[in-house]
Amino acid sequence: MDNQEKKKLLRMMLLIRRFEEKLVALSKDPQKFGGMMIVCTGQEAVAAGAGAALLPEDVIVTNHRSHGHLLAKGAEPDLIMAEIFGRRTGYNKGKSGTLHIAAPEVNALCTTTVVGGGIPIAMGTAFAAQYMNKDYVTVCFFGNGASDEGSFHEALNMASLWNLPVIFVCENNVYSGAQRQEEHTKVKDIADRAVAYAMRGEVVDGNDALAVYEAVQRAREECLSGAGPVLIECKTYRWGGHGTADMQLYQPQEEIAGWKEKCPIKKLQADLQQAGVLTEQEFQQMESDVEQIVEQAVRFAEASPWPEPAEALEDVYV
Amino acid sequence: MQQITLGEAVNQALREEMRRDERIFIAGEGVGVSIHSGPGATSGLLEEFGPRRVKDTPVSEAGIAGLAVGASVMGLLPVVEIMFNPFFTIAADQIVNHAAKLRYLSGGKSKFPLVVRIKTGAGMGAGCQHSHNLEAWLAHSPGLKVVMPATPADAKGLLKSAIRDENPVIFIEDIILHWVPGPVPEEDYTIPIGVADIKKPGTDVTVVTWSKALGTAFKAAGQLEQEGISVEIVDLRSLVPLDEATVLESVRKTGRLVVLHEATRTGGFGGEIAALAAEKAFDALKAPVLRVTAPDIPVPYSKPLEDFYMPNEADLIEAIKRLF
Ligand SMILES: Cc1ncc(C[n+]2csc(CCOP(=O)(O)OP(=O)(O)O)c2C)c(N)n1
Repeated sequence: MDNQEKKKLLRMMLLIRRFEEKLVALSKDPQKFGGMMIVCTGQEAVAAGAGAALLPEDVIVTNHRSHGHLLAKGAEPDLIMAEIFGRRTGYNKGKSGTLHIAAPEVNALCTTTVVGGGIPIAMGTAFAAQYMNKDYVTVCFFGNGASDEGSFHEALNMASLWNLPVIFVCENNVYSGAQRQEEHTKVKDIADRAVAYAMRGEVVDGNDALAVYEAVQRAREECLSGAGPVLIECKTYRWGGHGTADMQLYQPQEEIAGWKEKCPIKKLQADLQQAGVLTEQEFQQMESDVEQIVEQAVRFAEASPWPEPAEALEDVYV
Repeated sequence: MQQITLGEAVNQALREEMRRDERIFIAGEGVGVSIHSGPGATSGLLEEFGPRRVKDTPVSEAGIAGLAVGASVMGLLPVVEIMFNPFFTIAADQIVNHAAKLRYLSGGKSKFPLVVRIKTGAGMGAGCQHSHNLEAWLAHSPGLKVVMPATPADAKGLLKSAIRDENPVIFIEDIILHWVPGPVPEEDYTIPIGVADIKKPGTDVTVVTWSKALGTAFKAAGQLEQEGISVEIVDLRSLVPLDEATVLESVRKTGRLVVLHEATRTGGFGGEIAALAAEKAFDALKAPVLRVTAPDIPVPYSKPLEDFYMPNEADLIEAIKRLF
């Protein structure tokens, strides 16, 4: 990755961070949008790193914690924001909301909030690539908790059996709801679960965007050469609660503070500054660019029309 | 009388039953340590009964349901939780193919005294993968009892009956009702499964409903009362077994029937009630039986769309007026 691309990577993490900080702030106002806001603050390196390794034709399948994945795949901030505002101009005309935004325009084909639900689907989109002899890969994002669902195990077994071009990216943020990893599985590294399906598994520092990028890039090549699938476990941490309604009573303060020290944005920023690639001024510029994008997205969403009630009846069938 | 929410009523029923019978344990995602810190259906139970009887599980719905099936045949009394109704589909093999059928397959030799608690309902802006009322699917599986309370008092008494029942019981709790308070007796009591309740007597039209839609029925009845139409509201409380007698008696009295439910229309349980009236009270009907339901769409996220999805009192009033 050249220096320009590294800066883009940093900028993407910053965009995800500020975009979601805005969502959390807005969600305090029940007039704006209801429900619980689920964000990936602290985990941005996974989305940004993986996104940087993908081409437009590559497919992503993601889960309830998806804003970062979508942005990094190239989805439009305006259209994501409008969807979360429930407006007609949003990616899914207000049908999805924050939890299930699909952006087929950028091959973000399925965002599911059914934990584990996307994993077999990613196996299916990968099957289609093999069947049609096409050179794209599928990246499937899911959490450590999702690896306890039967769907995970069935999908990995089938993907491995047929050498499908799919990269399973497990975003291990230590928690699954209020349960810590050691309370939901005895497995220490989710990557070890690859062994059960004779697939390559790898543990990556999920707070190191470059490391994630490199791992996904490598896996992508393997997949395209017919040596897929691959399971990549990105070790990271959820700074906030499961969602905005979560008071985090079960999350030790020292643990949160420790992980904040390992902020993926600060890390890449520091690395780039130390290498003389990024000046403080450039970083400030990045901050203000990103802020403008987020503000613009909110303006777009707020100015957008609500759907007419009867539009609820549309889009059920083709 | 104490005023508590449906969520708290569930909590009391669980707590009192667990104190009474050591064979009862609960299991589910976050039933012990939860991301929600307010008073909830299972809050405080881990502290009182410990991790042996309050099992936080992995996100593994098939496993949770299978745990209940296996533990119950060995003589334990599991009360397991499926967080939201759509996730029931992942547990469905264990519940529909196993819990419901294994007694039959044993020729009546085995029993499976388990309870599956499921949260359900639209109105929370979460979209269709959290909100999807699937009670008709469950009612369509012989071998299961299906209970769907509308008030805190009913929830407490019915959950106790469900736990004491020797059959698999699916206990469906509307998530919005979880936060709605109502009067609940302090003493130990049960409400029998399979007995409907006339929540409001009336003379001109029968509205059969259950769960959160009961509130909608009351709003409509209040308005219609002022226009001289007297509505009788029958709260089914249990879909299986169905209290046919109470429904038919009411229909015979009023001569008109509207069924109201939040679930979508086609294949909804409202069709079952309409068929019951057609088969067994046709002679008493002065007008066609109508259904007021959600349209046949997944629950949308956006507020105006979700409001459109939800059958409301205006829809019910309009339907009732068509009968006169
Ligand atoms: C099938 C299913 N069961 C339960 C839930 C409720 N739920 C939503 S997220 C979540 C925890 C998932 O943990 P993990 O997969 O590690 O992802 P994370 O939230 O940590 O990103 C649970 C239990 C759900 N959405 N789907």
